[in-house]
Amino acid sequence: MTALGKLVRTTAFKLMAVYLLVFTLFAAGLLGYFFWNAERLLGAQINSSIDSEIAALADEYNQGGIVRLVSAIERRSRQPGSLLYLLITPESDALAGNVSSLPDDVFDKSGWNEVPYTRYNDASAQNRTALVRVFALQDGYKLLVGLDLEEQHRVRAIMATASLWSAGFIVILGVAGGWFVTRRVLHRLDDINETSRSIVEGDLSRRLAVAGTNDEIDRLATTTNTMLDRIQELMVGLKEVSDNIAHDLKTPLTRLRNRAEEALRASKTEEDYREALEKTIEESDRLIGTFNALLMIARAEAGQIETAMSEFDAAEVAHGVAELYEPVAEERGVVLVVEAPARIIVRGNRELIGQAVANLVDNALKHGTTGEKPEVRVSAASAGGLVRIAVADTGEGIAPQDRDRVLERFVRLEASRSRPGSGLGLSLAAAVAKLHGGALRLEDNAPGLRVVLELPDRPAAT
Amino acid sequence: MRILIVEDDREAASYLLKAFTETGHVADHAADGLDAYAMAKDGPYDVLVVDRMLPKLDGLTLIERLRAESFDTPVLILSALGDVDDRVKGLRAGGDDYLPKPYSFAELLARVEVLARRRPGRTEETVYRVGDLELDRLSHVVRRGGAEIDVQPREFRLLEYLMKNAGQVVTRTMLLENVWDYHFDPGTNVIDVHVSRLRSKVDKGFDKPLLHTVRGAGYMIRDGAR
Repeated sequence: MTALGKLVRTTAFKLMAVYLLVFTLFAAGLLGYFFWNAERLLGAQINSSIDSEIAALADEYNQGGIVRLVSAIERRSRQPGSLLYLLITPESDALAGNVSSLPDDVFDKSGWNEVPYTRYNDASAQNRTALVRVFALQDGYKLLVGLDLEEQHRVRAIMATASLWSAGFIVILGVAGGWFVTRRVLHRLDDINETSRSIVEGDLSRRLAVAGTNDEIDRLATTTNTMLDRIQELMVGLKEVSDNIAHDLKTPLTRLRNRAEEALRASKTEEDYREALEKTIEESDRLIGTFNALLMIARAEAGQIETAMSEFDAAEVAHGVAELYEPVAEERGVVLVVEAPARIIVRGNRELIGQAVANLVDNALKHGTTGEKPEVRVSAASAGGLVRIAVADTGEGIAPQDRDRVLERFVRLEASRSRPGSGLGLSLAAAVAKLHGGALRLEDNAPGLRVVLELPDRPAAT
Repeated sequence: MRILIVEDDREAASYLLKAFTETGHVADHAADGLDAYAMAKDGPYDVLVVDRMLPKLDGLTLIERLRAESFDTPVLILSALGDVDDRVKGLRAGGDDYLPKPYSFAELLARVEVLARRRPGRTEETVYRVGDLELDRLSHVVRRGGAEIDVQPREFRLLEYLMKNAGQVVTRTMLLENVWDYHFDPGTNVIDVHVSRLRSKVDKGFDKPLLHTVRGAGYMIRDGAR
């Protein structure tokens, strides 16, 4: 593709061409109007001066007859830059005036005529034209009054040249400006294209150049860059997740396989086989549970749970979940307290919020019961347009630098690695909060951890 | 009991047929929605197990059609779409129970048996009896051997559900759904803790246990002689 061909095909060039065309048409129209008006004015001026001359001479004639007319013509002819006069007798002989030659038929025409003429005593001027009018006097005398058009022609030529020059100048300026703009825009778009191509080819770290002019291209580039940041973030997340999945699912899968192998190798009695199979089933159930949790998180994060949201009482959920876990707490010697005195009507997915709260309580009972008098406190309260369902424990808490990390999938802090769990509980709770337009906050319970599921009173319609 | 399995996946279907036959039931198979419709109308089935994704006529439409013709055999919906709103849609279409894939056969069997043995009269009984254990649904009193047992409201509901399905295996998930109305995975085995608490109240001090654990499946309340 030639550079020119490429240029012609660009949007910028097409736009430029259209602008130029419109601009040129406009300029031409303006110049034309100006030209035409000037012509009209000049013409009118000539006509009126000839007419008034004729009227004046007619006056002389009326007052003093042909003699006086002749003397008036003579007098006027002698003045420099005078009009053209010619008085002829009925026999077509020149009687007075300053015109030596005229076309023969001029006296037979009426109205305005443009004719070539030669001035009396003027050898130099050839091919001059004049605008003339013939006025018939009584007794067959005819008076011709005219005006040399040289001046008008010169003015017209000057105007035409000026118009042409300015038109040419406009076009050149337009083309040059357009070319410059187009080149510049093209250049930037080419940059964008080139960068995009390398991004498509897999170099996600590249970003589009931002010129800092904050024009459309800049804004486009900035938006695209933000999008790329997000994509990169997602890709990194995806990679992490798949690594984690690979790691976290590999472990139970390996265990599963080893158990089965061991059963084949070592089982003697039917009872042994039975037990091995039961363990296998338990293990695969755990795997399925992990998968389900992952799917649920993915869906919640993608905002794909289109369940009809319903209105329900968040306090009831807090009580219900606490009540569900209460025997577990008792077994572990933990005091489980619920603080949800009032009804708090929330609009959302009861199922998911219940699951999220259950995860938080489950976590608190698993990891937050190391204190002297372990206590887990579930509370639900509404304040300032926010509904806060909090689960607080008296355990070791989570160091501030780790708080963001534990929300990620499969992240299990070293201290808890030995305890059961998939590492998905908090991620799911966070995803559920996000789905409802809220957030999950980890706070210091001093001692212990407080996890707050914050939901807007009127969740964003997702 | 007679079960109609509506499932387009041949392997899954043959696994189910085999499993139901081995557990002493009679099972037929339909591979698409239209066949299933015809078979359901003809055959005297106690329960239908219907997959959601079917050729020719999808599961939900099939159930809606049957229900529109006052076909009242219980239907259990199987679905790979283990999502919250899928269950809602399934039950709205006229399903009686819903089980997301992958499921354990024990879970499916327990649910199918409970569905098929739904005794309409049972819900009208005011007193459930199993052996010498009785539960009065009106006065909320539980007695064993004539002595009153003190139970929490939730324990009462748990026992009520078990006794309503006496002689049937009920799974942990079924208990969670029917007693707590939760349809999520509680992570820890909280249900076991609740049941063992209830057991300590109901069976402790009696030489004949009534509340049994069925390994790999769930729980069952029954009088020893069965």
